[in-house]
Amino acid sequence: ARVFYSSGNGPSKGEQVPQAAPVAVFKLTQDFTKDQFPTKVNLGVGAYRTDEGQTWVLPVVKRAEKIIVSDDRLNHEYLPILGLPEFRSSVSRIALGDDSPAIQENRVGAVQCLGGTGALRIGAEFLRCFYNGNNNTKTPIYVSAPTWENHGAVFTSAGFQDIRPYKYWDAQTRGLDFVGFLSDLESCPERSIFVLHACAHNPTGTDPTQDQWKQIAQVMMRRKLFVFFDFAYQGFASGNLENDAWALRYFVSRGFELFCAQSFSKNFGLYNERVGNLTIVSRDTDNLKRVLSQMEMIVRTTWSNPPSQGARVVALTLTSPELFSEWKDNVKTMADRILLMRSQLKAKLQALGTPGTWDHITEQIGMFSFTGLNPKQVEYLVKEKHIYLMSSGRINMCGLTTKNIDYVAESIHEAVTVVQ
Amino acid sequence: MSRPGSRLYKKGVNQNEDPGAHMFTGTTHTAATASPETRLLFTLEKDAQDRKVHLTGKEYYSEEGKTFELHLTGKIKQQLSADPTLRPEYLSSLGLTKFTQRATEVALGKRSQAILENRVLGVHTPGFTAAMRLGAELLRHWYDVNAAWCGPVYLSSPCDDSLAGIFQAAGIQDIREYYYWDDKQRDICLDKLLEDLETAPEQSVVVLAASAHCPTGADLSQNQWAVITQLILRRRLFPFLMLPAQALCYGDLERDAWPVQLCASNGIELLCAQSFSHCFGLYGEAVGHLLCVLKHNSLLLSVQSQADKIVKSLWSQPSVGGARVVATVLSNPAHLVEWQGEVKHIVERCMLIREVLRERLRLLGTPGCWDHLTQQRGLYCCMGLNGQQVEFLSKWRHVYLLPSGCLNVSAINGRNLSYVAESIHLALTTSL
Repeated sequence: ARVFYSSGNGPSKGEQVPQAAPVAVFKLTQDFTKDQFPTKVNLGVGAYRTDEGQTWVLPVVKRAEKIIVSDDRLNHEYLPILGLPEFRSSVSRIALGDDSPAIQENRVGAVQCLGGTGALRIGAEFLRCFYNGNNNTKTPIYVSAPTWENHGAVFTSAGFQDIRPYKYWDAQTRGLDFVGFLSDLESCPERSIFVLHACAHNPTGTDPTQDQWKQIAQVMMRRKLFVFFDFAYQGFASGNLENDAWALRYFVSRGFELFCAQSFSKNFGLYNERVGNLTIVSRDTDNLKRVLSQMEMIVRTTWSNPPSQGARVVALTLTSPELFSEWKDNVKTMADRILLMRSQLKAKLQALGTPGTWDHITEQIGMFSFTGLNPKQVEYLVKEKHIYLMSSGRINMCGLTTKNIDYVAESIHEAVTVVQ
Repeated sequence: MSRPGSRLYKKGVNQNEDPGAHMFTGTTHTAATASPETRLLFTLEKDAQDRKVHLTGKEYYSEEGKTFELHLTGKIKQQLSADPTLRPEYLSSLGLTKFTQRATEVALGKRSQAILENRVLGVHTPGFTAAMRLGAELLRHWYDVNAAWCGPVYLSSPCDDSLAGIFQAAGIQDIREYYYWDDKQRDICLDKLLEDLETAPEQSVVVLAASAHCPTGADLSQNQWAVITQLILRRRLFPFLMLPAQALCYGDLERDAWPVQLCASNGIELLCAQSFSHCFGLYGEAVGHLLCVLKHNSLLLSVQSQADKIVKSLWSQPSVGGARVVATVLSNPAHLVEWQGEVKHIVERCMLIREVLRERLRLLGTPGCWDHLTQQRGLYCCMGLNGQQVEFLSKWRHVYLLPSGCLNVSAINGRNLSYVAESIHLALTTSL
């Protein structure tokens, strides 16, 4: 028999609530924080760090914030449901390019969202309601194997029942399993939804080449697959905004209707201001209008009005030539430091004669690298060397500095030679 | 909660074409169906009349007809922007701890038994709607691990038009109404309210405004709350309380929250959604909070982990800016005094407008009793006008009220008071 509490308003509602499993990367950070070892290294977190191991407020962001905070004419109302207009148009523009025919044809829309997560969620909710029939929760969602650990949860919470992996990372070659990827594209049900990483794949750092993207696009068009880009690292990957947007722009130029979830957490260092955007490329203006009206209803029951602070910083920066130029420099600074750490890590591993090939360290791009270390070797690094990384072997290059890179390289060497 | 949006999308919109021809079904024929409030807003925007008076906004408007942030808010923002210790890091999913601690305290009181017994969870959310949505999502999973709870949830009649949609978006379809505002009495009708809740099934969720009821401005009295809490206990209902404009009724955060404290002190398990937008002028900054008061400390961890999971799939973590301002002020006695001074001004102005409007209607000989204007407090009041009269006002006088006949008193000022009073008088005396 159930036990009923005699006081209060009946059996506790919380009684049945199951405890959810903690998200791995945050547990890693917790363990790192508790560790007392003097030369511990955190290669697990997903935020940029300077060579001093500090977070970095971009100088351009400081400037923009000063301007905003002293602006008397600022309107202090709720933002419109779809967000700050100048933010929406400028960020879609930065993704698609000023000369984008889709923009010129007025078939590009945007929804300001709470970070990249919010953009994915709003897009996912819309697709569940209106794509491939109404409320078709059985449409398969394909996410790369592996992918950002939150992708599945977002689409599941939006109501989709069938989340599947598409082949991506080849552990043997430490590169892209392109043949496997293509075969999944060919064999999946038509009209499946694919979550593609526009650049700087998380967690592997391995992106398709331009030729490979072209082939991917061809198959997706033929098989009527839906393209949902996750674009969290524009500028941060290669240091160049246009290069990082190549895949997205290519797909748009091929005539795809698509969604693109953008995040400005990393490339503006605005992690806790939750600056994201869902860019929508539609077949025509009329359809775009309808899509946006439905998006508005979805947003209305989620957060109603997005926060303005981060969006203002981004909008101001992107629309002022001087600030825009400074921002590009700041982004390049971050990207260059990562590239430097990559080349140094590879060089040191090679100099140490560490078994295996390490070309992938410099071939991969963006914040993350899939080192190829197996879980036992990872455990060794964590327990014996106090170097924290994901059990998948993923490291955040930003955790490396000129001061700790020798220690890390030597430790990896040790792990690989001692542990099989 | 800003401009009224459209009613929730209808499921099962028919599509008649080959799926390949159009990317999205359901959007090929219709844009989202517009609620009366959206149509109203559309008309308002197209109205080029200089004399148009917009009384439907959700924010507090100054005498100059503008929204503004408190002077103190501006000062704190300047301070924070120059603070080198503030790092651009991801927050936890539950938000800024300093903020949730203060928000919890101003809802329950610092010496609350529930806080002392550590059975309270506070979640910082990006705004009030987000807090409601998180609460709705938590409720869906609370009753049975294996089955999703789908209601019923009881909302007041009338209520903010987005509430039903929020619960439905969380998968809770069974939404019902309880009697609240009575047009004839121009007040809450407690008898009918109790009648409706008496028949509510056990475990029903009842959404109640702790203060500043939107859109009527009519709040339950202490005596009425006493009766309602007894009903809640007896019928085993679950209250979901709302504080969308905390401090705007009496200029005192805790005083506006006393119904929350009453329920908590009766051992009632509850959810409470709060917003600090209005009392800090932080409208664009999404400063919301969801308070969960549980029966036992042993439940805290599991509710926390569920909240974490839900938040990670909605917005990952909340935005920090506005919350920092609120936490800074609420943690500092000197700031609090300054803050109280500014809020007092807002509250007093609302009261003054109510008095003046009531007096003006009396002088005009407008039929009906207008005592409720000054008996109620806060931003909103219900004028008791019917649909035709509301339409008359918008069409012929370019004075816009909410379709329910309610209005935002702060939008009335020295320049439009006469015109508004006259217009209301005309609406009630012209035979339509």
